[in-house]
Amino acid sequence: MGKTVAEKIFDSHLVDNPSGDINVIRLDAVFCHEITTPVAINDLVVRDKDRVFDASKIKVVIDHVTPAKDSKTAAQGKILREWSRRNHIQDFFDIGRNGVCHAIFPEKGFVRPGYTIIMGDSHTCTHGAFGAFAAGVGTTDLEVGILKGVCAFHYPHTIKIVLNGHMPEGVYAKDVILSVIGRLGVSGATNKVIEFTGSVVDALSMEGRMTLCNMAIEAGGTCGICYPDMTTVAYLWKFIKDEYSDKKAALEDFEKFLPDSDAKYDEVIDFDVSDLEPQVTFGYKPDNVKPVSEMKGIKIDQVYIGSCTNGRIEDLRVAAQVLKGNKISDSIRGIVSPATPEIFSRAMDEGLLKIFMDAGFCLTNPTCGACLGMSNGVLAEGEVCASTTNRNFNGRMGKGGMVHLMSPATAAASAIAGYITNSDRYKSAKRK
Amino acid sequence: MKNFSGKVLFLDRSDINTDEIIPAKYLTEITKESLKPYLLEDLKLDGFESLRDVEGKTVVITRANFGCGSSREHAPWAFEVNGINLIIGESFARIFRQNMFNCGMMAIELSVRDIDRLFKIFADRETFLEADLEKNLLVIKAEGVEEKISFSISEFDRALVEAGGWVAYADSHY
Ligand code: SF4
Repeated sequence: MGKTVAEKIFDSHLVDNPSGDINVIRLDAVFCHEITTPVAINDLVVRDKDRVFDASKIKVVIDHVTPAKDSKTAAQGKILREWSRRNHIQDFFDIGRNGVCHAIFPEKGFVRPGYTIIMGDSHTCTHGAFGAFAAGVGTTDLEVGILKGVCAFHYPHTIKIVLNGHMPEGVYAKDVILSVIGRLGVSGATNKVIEFTGSVVDALSMEGRMTLCNMAIEAGGTCGICYPDMTTVAYLWKFIKDEYSDKKAALEDFEKFLPDSDAKYDEVIDFDVSDLEPQVTFGYKPDNVKPVSEMKGIKIDQVYIGSCTNGRIEDLRVAAQVLKGNKISDSIRGIVSPATPEIFSRAMDEGLLKIFMDAGFCLTNPTCGACLGMSNGVLAEGEVCASTTNRNFNGRMGKGGMVHLMSPATAAASAIAGYITNSDRYKSAKRK
Repeated sequence: MKNFSGKVLFLDRSDINTDEIIPAKYLTEITKESLKPYLLEDLKLDGFESLRDVEGKTVVITRANFGCGSSREHAPWAFEVNGINLIIGESFARIFRQNMFNCGMMAIELSVRDIDRLFKIFADRETFLEADLEKNLLVIKAEGVEEKISFSISEFDRALVEAGGWVAYADSHY
């Protein structure tokens, strides 16, 4: 019988089948950040097992609160720093070289098609954009991953989402995934992997694919997966060029993780994006989604452009294109956080940072920042944020605050207007 | 093995997420114990006050998709340090459910009908639940009423509960 991508990956990584459909699989990479790892480290120390299964497969970053904001976050960083040093973990990214985990790890070439990856972070599903199985786990799974290089999962079930049609102008990967989540619901993909395919996905850059896969968890999905193709190979080429004679050979190798034509899916959903409008969330669940046109005029206080969903170079380009020559509304606090130092420096070279600053945005270092209301950009009670992030839970950006999720284009346009609005009016104004 | 029997806290809503269970601002804590006062702090339910209502409870009965959102194991830990080791609902988010068993705690799924019945009969009363792991049976009691409901648990999950969690299990197996 044919297999899905996740089934192929599981079958090639199986270590044990302790009971039923539980598969203990071998891990190719374990990613760590300073929020969920310290408790695992402390527990390993208490158990007298302060070791790692393979230092070269563990990648570590301080990203959620950086620079540290108080003694507690400073202590979290310190635990990670000292642990990485004493366990000889080379790939440790501290301040000055750090960025949002799900942006920096792919950028450093740590993800490959067919890989198995875990991290103590729910948006680990992002890395499935490369044709990998990447799943967010809790601290105990992380701890065992660090120590033993294995993790237990139910054998994967998969939903296939086929995205076809022509993406209208002003509509981006973020709008697509928001509307997919609106259709699936917040638990529509629980315990399942989502394969994204179709001509829309084929045409997306790796950045766009990461935006899609990043939000698989918001529908409950274990991982979002895109099929490896020439776009994947081109993105990874500088890291793999010594391993393959040419790009075609690399692609052929990666294609062993494509699904079989007779693979079995729990569900196949066809979705034509041709009539899709820009989308935005309302309320406190990511499946509360509406077209921007129906939410137009909702007052906002803050605009946040950044995060593992939409803090990449393409996102900054799109937002800057809308902002260029405009000022944001007096009533708006605009914050932009390029997701990694490399993105920051490219945005600087391309003049994007100047556009943000001229428009009245505050520019921060690469960090999760306002996304989870833990460090900067926290909302006050009753305040509203238009955000390019992935979660609008009650209190996410600060107690009593409201978050509306949207694309960078919509966020930039809303910053200029002072209320939620579509990006076309600014683009069309410029065209005139 | 942990204790799974005691007084029940009813949380009558679906999709209760990890930010409601333990807000992100407490993720800077590096000991489990320090999470104790903040459990369910941001949960808004009619008449629910976290500090008052969590006190003395051992079991939670709730609706669907409990624990959705972030992967933070701080969510089960916040229950654990409050003495709550068993959560019963229609369904759970994957990571939350796995985290519970990984800690040697239990997340038990019952049918929508059973959950509905439990809410109808018991939600307004002081309720006591006994979990019998040998017979796979839950005995739920309030003054003058008693209900028995059997539950299922996979062999692997049971092994985790008996081992006291995934670290101990993995260490002896891999
Ligand atoms: S940017 Fe937000 S969602 Fe992404 S890893 Fe950081 S806190 Fe999590």
